[in-house]
Amino acid sequence: MNAPGVLLRGGRVLDPRHGLDAVRDVLLQGEVVAKVSDRPLAADGARVVDVSGLWVCPGFVDLHTHLREPGEEGKETILTGTRAAVAGGFTAVVAMPNTRPPNDSTLVTRLIQERAAAAHLARVWPAGAISKGLLGEEMAELGDLAEAGCVCFTDDGRPVMNAGLMRRVLVYARALGRPVMVHEEDLTLSQGGALTEGLQATRLGLLPIPRSAEVAMVARDLVLLAETGGHLHLAHVSCAETVRLVREAKARGLHVSAEAAPHHFTLTDAAAADWNTHAKMNPPLRGPEDVAAVRQGLADGTVDAVATDHAPHGVLDKEVPFAEAANGVVGLETALPLTLALVREGLLTPSRAVELLSAAPASTFRLPGGHLAPGAVADVTVVDPDAAWTVDPAHFQSRSRNTPYAGMRMLGRVVHTWVGGRAVWFEGAPAEGAR
Amino acid sequence: MKPRPPTHLLTTEGMTRAQAEAIFARARVHARTLESGRPVRLLEGKVVANLFFEASTRTRLSFERAAKALGADVLNFTAQSSSVAKGETLVDTARNVEALGAVALVVRHPASGAASLVARCVRCAVINAGDGMHAHPSQALLDAFTLHERWGSLEGRTVVIVGDVLHSRVARSNLYCLTALGARVVVAGPATLLPTGLEDLGARRAASLDAALEEADAVMMLRVQGERQSAGYVPSVREYTRLWGLSAARAARLRPGAVVMHPGPVNRGVELAPEVADGPANVILAQVAHGVAVRMAILEACA
Repeated sequence: MNAPGVLLRGGRVLDPRHGLDAVRDVLLQGEVVAKVSDRPLAADGARVVDVSGLWVCPGFVDLHTHLREPGEEGKETILTGTRAAVAGGFTAVVAMPNTRPPNDSTLVTRLIQERAAAAHLARVWPAGAISKGLLGEEMAELGDLAEAGCVCFTDDGRPVMNAGLMRRVLVYARALGRPVMVHEEDLTLSQGGALTEGLQATRLGLLPIPRSAEVAMVARDLVLLAETGGHLHLAHVSCAETVRLVREAKARGLHVSAEAAPHHFTLTDAAAADWNTHAKMNPPLRGPEDVAAVRQGLADGTVDAVATDHAPHGVLDKEVPFAEAANGVVGLETALPLTLALVREGLLTPSRAVELLSAAPASTFRLPGGHLAPGAVADVTVVDPDAAWTVDPAHFQSRSRNTPYAGMRMLGRVVHTWVGGRAVWFEGAPAEGAR
Repeated sequence: MKPRPPTHLLTTEGMTRAQAEAIFARARVHARTLESGRPVRLLEGKVVANLFFEASTRTRLSFERAAKALGADVLNFTAQSSSVAKGETLVDTARNVEALGAVALVVRHPASGAASLVARCVRCAVINAGDGMHAHPSQALLDAFTLHERWGSLEGRTVVIVGDVLHSRVARSNLYCLTALGARVVVAGPATLLPTGLEDLGARRAASLDAALEEADAVMMLRVQGERQSAGYVPSVREYTRLWGLSAARAARLRPGAVVMHPGPVNRGVELAPEVADGPANVILAQVAHGVAVRMAILEACA
């Protein structure tokens, strides 16, 4: 290494993969972690950053991000989306394929990779489509997509209603060594629905989405997985019954993983009580018992990762009657404090919270990063767990503002972010040369 | 002088007995004035706009009659919900009509929450004339007024709402309004058309229609839409009529003095047998007449 590097001085290093939670100096050189030391390291020309009192974490990895480019650049671009990512401490994001055109061909995969390289902020791992045009009919060219760099296959936003196709995709993707990520929703059960079945939907006069719309598809796909082998990854689990099924399936040894979005472990359908379209998502916000089960799943390992389902939408997509409003919320810039809230409640240890944001998602999709041992990629997120701030969507790096957390008080903020040893977010603002 | 903040009427949820009775008191005055033919100038020189994004003749005419009877000028905007196809959003349309000088917007829209959305985006008063499956407060108030005028009080009375409660804004608004006035509300209908959580909103589910009719002081028959059959909620309109329609035989078993109501338009021969729709127990045309007086009271309170 000829680069002098960066020396992170005196931070609390949380590296869950190696069971480390202690004060350490960390030296980044070139694109990798060079040293992690329990004794003060000499600067030796490295830029010294005092991180005492802060947490030094492996860079966060989001398995579920909608960057909207190509096709809906008014909502987000790869540049603005990765700006939001590094502001929220995410050094890598998995880009969902429901762009326009969708990422069902290597041409689109390459375009995403090129734009991500030009943005030069967070790592962007493209997710390839399961089916051509996301139509759920014919299998996309999964082999080509895998070779081009797609890290998983998903029709996210849409379920794979055709069980025969789903079974063949599990078999085919298994041979390619890639997970199949699914948005579980039986459309015949959710049809026309806008809010989870219950008192709020009845009050507001919205057609209900029963929990079975998610759970029945989870059950179906676990049955298929038991026959086919392969790796099934469940996007944004929202129901208590889903968590129970995943727990059982894992106990039986099935290779299933699951992610949960912060809104599904912090909000219930009560958030929609005043027609707040920022509380409209798919799957919908559920009841308190579902929130409790998802939280329990995060704590006991049934749920593998926190994933944001960052879904940017413009004002016009949300300033409409509830049932007509677009689904989804931006999430990259609020995921950390919402996860840390579970630490404050005593549900997660600090180490588990960091694991859910970094080590676990990285290993679930076999991505680089997620740990801080010498030789690891120098993707590092430095967090002030006690910094208090109020969510003001106008200050988001994301191009979109659709958050249900506007005006809420948060505890925990990202101070610095390095990707491949390069500072991209520094002292709570875009780093020099990364604007 | 600071203009007072607009008073909207978006729902009957949370409405108090005193608020409902205040509207009834004014409606009673307006009903007498309507009969006398004396002109009223309460809204003279003011503009009331009907914004109707969903086909409706009865409600629009009723509001128009009410506004004109108060001396207001009336603007009518009528469009199918696909006026969105022209590119103008609901909010834009509402702001434009407000800019024409309207002091009150009467909004009918096929999507739940539409009137609340408009109310957040304009400065004038918004009166919900029916939003999707959510609310139809003026209908509920006129229904309650009709019963109130007949009985003197709704306290302790039992009103049975029959039919497609799931999709019914009339049922929801009546449930809140009637319970606020001290009535008991019982719902009856195909289980697929009774949404979860009704008990938490104050309704009781009937064991059967016939059991419910025996205790009814009033029966409110909801309109059933043919598309409920194709959407799979009921096997056929024929079976619906047999199980949940108010036939002459069922009507004959009603308690003496019990009344039959319908928000209109009636599907004759479906939820109401023709002889019942025209029978002595029905107060359907009284509902329509009361509608104008109640809507005058609403416009007077809001505009």
